[in-house]
Amino acid sequence: MPGNKLAARAVTVSIETLFYLIAIAVSLLAGALVMAAAGVSPWEAYQLIWKGAAGSSGALKETLVKATPLLFAGLSYTFAYRCGLFNIGAEGQIYIGALMGTMSALLLPSMPIYIHLPLALFCGLLGGALWGGIAGALKVGRGASEIINTIMLNYVAIFLISYMVTGPMKEAGGSLPQSASLPDSAVLPQLLGSRLHYGFFLAILTAIIIYWVLERTTWGYQIRSAGYNKRAAEVMGMPVKRNMLLVMMVSGSLAGLGGYVEIAGVQHRLMQNFSPGFGYDGIAVALLGNTHPIGNVLSALLFGGMRSGANAMQRVTGASTSLVYVIQAIMIIVMVCNRYWLGGTKKRLREWLIRKLDKTTGTIEAGAAGSLEI
Amino acid sequence: METRNLVKRFGSFVANDRLNLQIGKGEIHAILGENGAGKSTLMNMLSGLLTPDEGEIIYKGRPVRFGSPREAMESGIGMVHQHFMLIPALTVAENVILGMKQGSGPWYRHTKACEDIKRISHSFGLDVDPEKRVSELSVGQQQRVEIVKTLYRGAEFIIMDEPTAVLTPPEVEDLFRVLRSLKAQGKTIVFISHKLKEVEAICDRVTVLRAGQLAASSAMTDSNAAELARVMVGRDIAPPAARPPLEGRAELLSVSGLSCRLSGVQVLQDLSLDLREGEILGIAGVDGNGQRELCEALMGLSAGQVSGSIRVRGEPVAKPHPRAMTEAGVGYIPEDRHREGLMLPMSIGENLIAKEYRKPTFSRWFTLSRKRIRQAAKAAVEDYRIKTPSIDHAVSKLSGGNQQKVILARELMLRPKVLLAMQPTRGMDVGAADDVHQRLLAERKDGCGILLVSTELEEVFALADRIAVMYKGRIVHTVDRAEADMELIGLRMAGL
Repeated sequence: MPGNKLAARAVTVSIETLFYLIAIAVSLLAGALVMAAAGVSPWEAYQLIWKGAAGSSGALKETLVKATPLLFAGLSYTFAYRCGLFNIGAEGQIYIGALMGTMSALLLPSMPIYIHLPLALFCGLLGGALWGGIAGALKVGRGASEIINTIMLNYVAIFLISYMVTGPMKEAGGSLPQSASLPDSAVLPQLLGSRLHYGFFLAILTAIIIYWVLERTTWGYQIRSAGYNKRAAEVMGMPVKRNMLLVMMVSGSLAGLGGYVEIAGVQHRLMQNFSPGFGYDGIAVALLGNTHPIGNVLSALLFGGMRSGANAMQRVTGASTSLVYVIQAIMIIVMVCNRYWLGGTKKRLREWLIRKLDKTTGTIEAGAAGSLEI
Repeated sequence: METRNLVKRFGSFVANDRLNLQIGKGEIHAILGENGAGKSTLMNMLSGLLTPDEGEIIYKGRPVRFGSPREAMESGIGMVHQHFMLIPALTVAENVILGMKQGSGPWYRHTKACEDIKRISHSFGLDVDPEKRVSELSVGQQQRVEIVKTLYRGAEFIIMDEPTAVLTPPEVEDLFRVLRSLKAQGKTIVFISHKLKEVEAICDRVTVLRAGQLAASSAMTDSNAAELARVMVGRDIAPPAARPPLEGRAELLSVSGLSCRLSGVQVLQDLSLDLREGEILGIAGVDGNGQRELCEALMGLSAGQVSGSIRVRGEPVAKPHPRAMTEAGVGYIPEDRHREGLMLPMSIGENLIAKEYRKPTFSRWFTLSRKRIRQAAKAAVEDYRIKTPSIDHAVSKLSGGNQQKVILARELMLRPKVLLAMQPTRGMDVGAADDVHQRLLAERKDGCGILLVSTELEEVFALADRIAVMYKGRIVHTVDRAEADMELIGLRMAGL
């Protein structure tokens, strides 16, 4: 009976939502304790954070700006994760993407924006693909752990960029470790004089494309199959090894694209340490977003909002933005607990609710909601 | 031990419905039932993993209620799970002691533990070396460690969940010897199984569950295998009838001189066989004599160095690869369905299309057709009587027999000309195994050639037209079923 199945599904969904809300409430509460301990009034601080994140159209735009690189990094982790790979190297891929994009922006002869900008974005993508591909090739060819290799490649990338912006690519006549500023033809246009740039929409579009690729295409099907059971995918005759290399490249390219988007949308020049750990935060974004591309959009917005709110709070109260990072970390821990520890509680609650409903509305199919392992 | 009106529900599904059960001290009591009949639920309640919703458990004359396996253990009820709960990197002694207090104080007394284990294992004829690592032990030996573990914790009442499912025939004999000696020393054993022959051989009393209810309970002497099968399934199971051989059959699969070296061991040696249209070639043999390696070499899945020639329908296959073999019309039912046959978190539909997702039936322009996939899943669920709450459920939520039906549906959907079926009914109850057998016979009738690898000799005898015996990577004996002698085959399997 579809009506009953629907009711059972509604029960499941509402319990999940309830627990998510409780998790957020608990982490905000814990954050309040930390703030109080640091001598900041939590009530005032939260108000400021909210104002800074969503209080005005300017604040909202700032949130979107902050969410953009996080979303790219989250998608990068998500894509590899769904194939059973752990790409911890988004940080390095962001830097290489930014480097390649900037080089194509600065070194190519002048061109109209509709050629130059896509070309520079593509070069950023290529840079990330290259960096991810190194780890992928080592994994497929030699069986080397992609986790270790991506982490180590992060350092290579970060120091390579440091070298480039203090040496060969340093702005002529400048004293800071940064490149010359990008030509207008390679910069992402901004909206109505705010800091919000078209990179955000590119990130949303990317999330939708990644969702489509994973869930609807035959290639995504192969990737998910290998992610769930690599050996079975091999037995089915799927090209698992080739896909692992390709997935690492695509995963890297998403981070690389995010890297150049950050340069072309916000910084407008390549700088040392321009990423405050977007790549690592992307892992948290992906996990909080349930490694689902659309979930990533929501969690990136949440994290972006906390960032821009943190800046607002610091401006007014002088409390360090680190407080917000503490709240963010608590939130991740609580969410992980919610996912891995409370399964049994949720299941019991669901069964109890369904029994209740059962008595009031007649029959309901428990099978649609509960798992029957007999 | 007694249960009174025991009820367990999952949601509105009743897994155990008012079960009344008496188990006497010092007997071997069989619990029979198909997959999903409620055996595991019952045992989980007795061993403290689940708590009953209604009714009570009476143990040694007193009602008991266990909140955890530890509480049950303290009362002397131990369980040997089908999938062993051992840590491979630890020694036998460490595994046995794990989670226990040894006298007073937090220290692990190695010598004393080893002595105790030796003493216990000796008195019950269980031969285990406490110093060995579990990873070095065979499956049969690991099971003994599990038994020692329960005995060490003072178990008087031991529940064994399908203990023979993972054992080879000689190991089963050994296990039975141990069980008899446990019984002789006053231990009570509950033996969960769906293999009637074994129940008949070892048990004193038998209780049959069907759809969560008690279907029968009687002394073994008052019953027989055929009757039990009928009670268990709720219908008659007829042995497959003799079939006329097909005439004028074309050769489908021909293998000659197949050898395989895997990490320095010659697992296949100069093996040759051929398979014709409408024929079932049964490969008999004790587990681990190269059957798995043969199938893997044929499918191009072997990790070793393979040499020899393979021809499918007359066409030589230079370098076998799973996809190439699928395209040549070879279906494959792997031995380990969880590891090799299914993507467990995916739905039935997504598992069904795993070999055909590229075909225009299921995808166009690299995009999957969700509608067609659902239709295929629906058809398979109806056609194969797969029991599932809905077709969108993950395959991991299905019982083992139903999971195997998903694999069977996928392979037969390919309309294979050759089918490599490895242990196609392992771990399945009589009813579900019969379904699989009927499917295989129907395929044979349509002209499919089937290579049936099974360690259960009865299955081979029931289905095969010809029987080949594998021993240490060679085929040592081939015979038509009509002329086959079970005793001789048994000897050949043992390498004699």
